[in-house]
Amino acid sequence: MGNEKLNASRRNFIRKSALLAGTFMASSAVKPFSAILFAANEPGKTEPWYAIGIDIEKCIGCGNCAKACKSENDVPKDPFYYRSWVEQYAIKNDGTMSVVSPNGGIDGFTQTVPDDEIYKTFFVPKMCNQCYKSPCVQVCPVGATFVSPEGVVLVDEKYCMGCSYCVQACPYGCRYLHPEKKTADKCTLCYHRLKKGLKPACFEVCPTGARIYGDLHDENDELHNFLKDHNTQVLKPHLNTGSKLFYNGLSSEVR
Amino acid sequence: MPSQLKTLLPLLVVFIVIFFVARHFLVPESFGKYGHYRANAMDEIADLPIHYAGKEECVACHDKEAALLASDAHAGLSCEVCHGPGAKHADDPEVNKLIKPGTREDCGKCHNLNPARKIEVIDQIDIKTHHLEKENCIDCHNPHAVWEMKN
Repeated sequence: MGNEKLNASRRNFIRKSALLAGTFMASSAVKPFSAILFAANEPGKTEPWYAIGIDIEKCIGCGNCAKACKSENDVPKDPFYYRSWVEQYAIKNDGTMSVVSPNGGIDGFTQTVPDDEIYKTFFVPKMCNQCYKSPCVQVCPVGATFVSPEGVVLVDEKYCMGCSYCVQACPYGCRYLHPEKKTADKCTLCYHRLKKGLKPACFEVCPTGARIYGDLHDENDELHNFLKDHNTQVLKPHLNTGSKLFYNGLSSEVR
Repeated sequence: MPSQLKTLLPLLVVFIVIFFVARHFLVPESFGKYGHYRANAMDEIADLPIHYAGKEECVACHDKEAALLASDAHAGLSCEVCHGPGAKHADDPEVNKLIKPGTREDCGKCHNLNPARKIEVIDQIDIKTHHLEKENCIDCHNPHAVWEMKN
């Protein structure tokens, strides 16, 4: 008798589970829930999948990228709103470090550490890493920021409510709250230029070719050669953000 | 089913209907087309105006300058590196003039001596000591053909 009861309840359990799973799958096909269907599908290779390469060996710290970014994207001119900026690192002989970024590098760099104290020094251009597992996208409570099918992290200005949660979630400090619009703002990899077939502004004005962007789906792309030829590194790899900004010649001191 | 639940059933149905009606009006168009976001936002961002025209646009008119530029050390540079954003100028060249930089500070942004700049990547001078008898870099150097010296 005990066995019968057990079997009956097991059959019941399986039946109910099947019903539940069936209902879930059927409802996922209904239009309001089509996002579930989308998430279940591997994204196709019809769209490009953009990534960036920056060669620190070639960067001369002219600040053209930071300046062009502000002009192209109407970023507030005050010295604390940046979508793209340049930092100068100086590792001193005594092991301490100095990092400066006067106005994001737009006004140029003046040497603050005396020559004889410098062990090594270099420039690091910074911008949005266009992560595909973005912490900033994950924390948005309203779905105002997202990874586009091209792999670019964008902000929906009309939908953002300005809670700044994403600003503090970005481990690279690449977001800010726009002082007039009161919405989150960030590098769009000049999405409006990419869609018109133009280079992003910072890539257009880089005089030494230290910046490369390209499509990871296209194996004949310039970026593929950059990644094959150089020993590249992403910022904060331990955070597993899926960063798509690859640096050549990145020192471990860079944060 | 217990009778007290039966009396609550219509109320539950009303709540569900209200939920779907509210959802219909509150969820914006194209939300959820590709994911948990408004797909139309991408088109809105893509429609933003450009400020940098790109080198091809410049060369279309200024072919002489472009040929001169291609002949010397600044060959790889885009025009807008020095002249600034030029989309408005391309639309109406008479009204919107571009900047013509050439002071020690302008050129020094790239060419001033800095230990972080690699000498194999860029030629450098100290803008505070280099040929002080002349005021600006362009008094000697032609920015389009740097080594073609003016007297």
